[in-house]
Amino acid sequence: MELEKEDTFMTKTVFQLETVTCPSCVKRIEGTVAKLGGVTTATVKFNASKVEVEHDEAVITKETINKTITSLGYKVLSVK
Amino acid sequence: MFVRLLRKHYYIISLTVMFVASIVLNELLPGHIATIIVLSLLTVLAGFHIFKKALMDLRYKMIGIDLLVTIAVIAAFFIGDYFEAAAVTYLFTLGHVLEKGSLEKTRSALKALLDLKPAQARILRENEEQLVALEEVAVNDILLIKPGEKIPTDAVIIEGTSLVDEQMMTGESIPKERSVDDKVFGSTLVTSGYLKVRATAIGEDTALSKIITLVEDAQDKKANTQKFIEKFARFYTPLIVLLAVIIFFVSWDIRLAITMLVISCPGALVIATPVSYVAGIGNAAKKGILFKGGDALERLTKADVVFFDKTGTLTKGRPELKQIVTYNIDENEALRIAALGEGFSEHPLGQALIEEAKKRDLKLDERAVDVELIIGKGLAFSYNNQTYTIGNHKTLSFTLDAQVSLDIEKLESEGMTTLIMSDSLRVIALFALADSLRPEAKQLIVDLNKLGVKKTVMLTGDEERVARAISEELGLDGYHASLLPLDKAEIIKQYQQNAKVIFVGDGINDALALTYADASIAVGGLGKDLAMETSDIVLLGENIGALSEAIRIARKVKANMYENIILALSVVLVLIVGVIFKKVSMSIGMLVHEISVLVVIINAIRLLAYNLGAKKWKKKTLPKAV
Repeated sequence: MELEKEDTFMTKTVFQLETVTCPSCVKRIEGTVAKLGGVTTATVKFNASKVEVEHDEAVITKETINKTITSLGYKVLSVK
Repeated sequence: MFVRLLRKHYYIISLTVMFVASIVLNELLPGHIATIIVLSLLTVLAGFHIFKKALMDLRYKMIGIDLLVTIAVIAAFFIGDYFEAAAVTYLFTLGHVLEKGSLEKTRSALKALLDLKPAQARILRENEEQLVALEEVAVNDILLIKPGEKIPTDAVIIEGTSLVDEQMMTGESIPKERSVDDKVFGSTLVTSGYLKVRATAIGEDTALSKIITLVEDAQDKKANTQKFIEKFARFYTPLIVLLAVIIFFVSWDIRLAITMLVISCPGALVIATPVSYVAGIGNAAKKGILFKGGDALERLTKADVVFFDKTGTLTKGRPELKQIVTYNIDENEALRIAALGEGFSEHPLGQALIEEAKKRDLKLDERAVDVELIIGKGLAFSYNNQTYTIGNHKTLSFTLDAQVSLDIEKLESEGMTTLIMSDSLRVIALFALADSLRPEAKQLIVDLNKLGVKKTVMLTGDEERVARAISEELGLDGYHASLLPLDKAEIIKQYQQNAKVIFVGDGINDALALTYADASIAVGGLGKDLAMETSDIVLLGENIGALSEAIRIARKVKANMYENIILALSVVLVLIVGVIFKKVSMSIGMLVHEISVLVVIINAIRLLAYNLGAKKWKKKTLPKAV
């Protein structure tokens, strides 16, 4: 029961990146991740070098988002 | 060391070697095939990640600096400007590497907070001491902390007394005495004494984690100035690109057009405000001053009127013995006897007498007998076959004589509460107590006046006579007494019509006032979630003097930010003019641009060194488990 409930809920995942240096990176990451199916919001905290993603884990997993961010050229240090 | 540095930075070092070689070759053998090969190789090696990002930009239909630089480099290549192409890619890459390093530095203050967490905890399981990783600690676990060790997580003391250094969180350098039932915070340092504590919060719920989250959010919260600059920047890039296109079609000068593209990134401008805020907010956090964002910081710089709550803000919130009046008895002897009797009472006024007696090293090892607490009046006890009473006038079985009445009246007019001590026949001493002012309060008012604050006003629910006494002692410009919380908000609104006001409170009873003020400050916020949530600025320690520090830091940060904006704007202007008049080549344009970004970051780093006498805390961690 508990699991089913969680599946339909939005998950918030935080990706800690390597130091993000240019403000244009923010747009690049936000724009790309937000367009992925199953993602409702993507916010980049420039100074903390973090990406906060709200997504439906049933549609898109953390791993897929991680891969997308990595493919943009940003190293993901940790996922929470 | 050197080798490690070399290995870590081999990419940028080899690029630099190649770049120097290119300059030499370009001078000696311009146009030679070898020169062209080296230049092309450098362009590709230094530029492949730029080109990769450009492809991403294309794929997601964005105009980013990487795309523009790529277009410029390709165009330069086609018109045979190999050196320019190589120089631009190299400088752009080098700039990025340097910026990354220096940006990390601006963010280092927060990292220092993160590093405070000890890695391990000494846990008590079935009466056995075990070292476990911090993550394994659960709420209600019993933990042991030895002198020189950090308290692993937020907890309450169940055994022991110790001095705890909370400087890393509050900025206050004097360790605080903590004993049974006191709250202690994770990552603070036990300097002496052995503690047994029960964990009350772990992980994200600890005070330190909350502080870190708050600082992180604050650093990423965009202030109005920043939003304005970003709006400007959003138009800047398309405008310059448009200008480049127009230049190309008007003059057919491709070199001029692509040079324009290279300078189209307002990097220094966009970064000008956030770097100052990040460094400033981070530095303040290390001193126990939390700004909830750039806006809070900016509002603090503008304050004309400062309102203070009284109890717990300007005062310590607990009574202290101020004065003793005696009638034919030695002062210390009267205090000693009083303290012996009060040892049986838990009343704060009685505790204040005991505290003072201890401070004076009076002998308190004897015992009073026949102690009787008289609720609402005071207490009676016997010592050396003599009966004494201490309390208000209701404890007396006789009427006061004129002199004593006069003395009491005088003390109370000065805002103090008096305890009357009598033997069975006459009054022998008067103890005058008052909620004492925080030691830093007086200096703070002087500092605020020096900082240009026009008015300092106290708002209190307390009586007129108490308010007047405190106001006069501190040299405040005014006070409003006998107020209800709603009255405080009304007064603030009145002043706001022609002044910027800040309100300083303990963040607990002043929710309304905190909301209405232009900037609100909570004092002693460590561990008080409500205070941290409702106020714009939190002083984690009890030291209200930190307020003037906060204002000074805020002003420094603001000035730093303006320096950055002015510098960035001038560089942009100089570059545009320089390019149009053909004084600036592509590589020079890139060089100036990257230097301006670095200068802006380095300027912000100066804020980290901006110190107001706070000592650096020592790094101490638990011993590694074997």
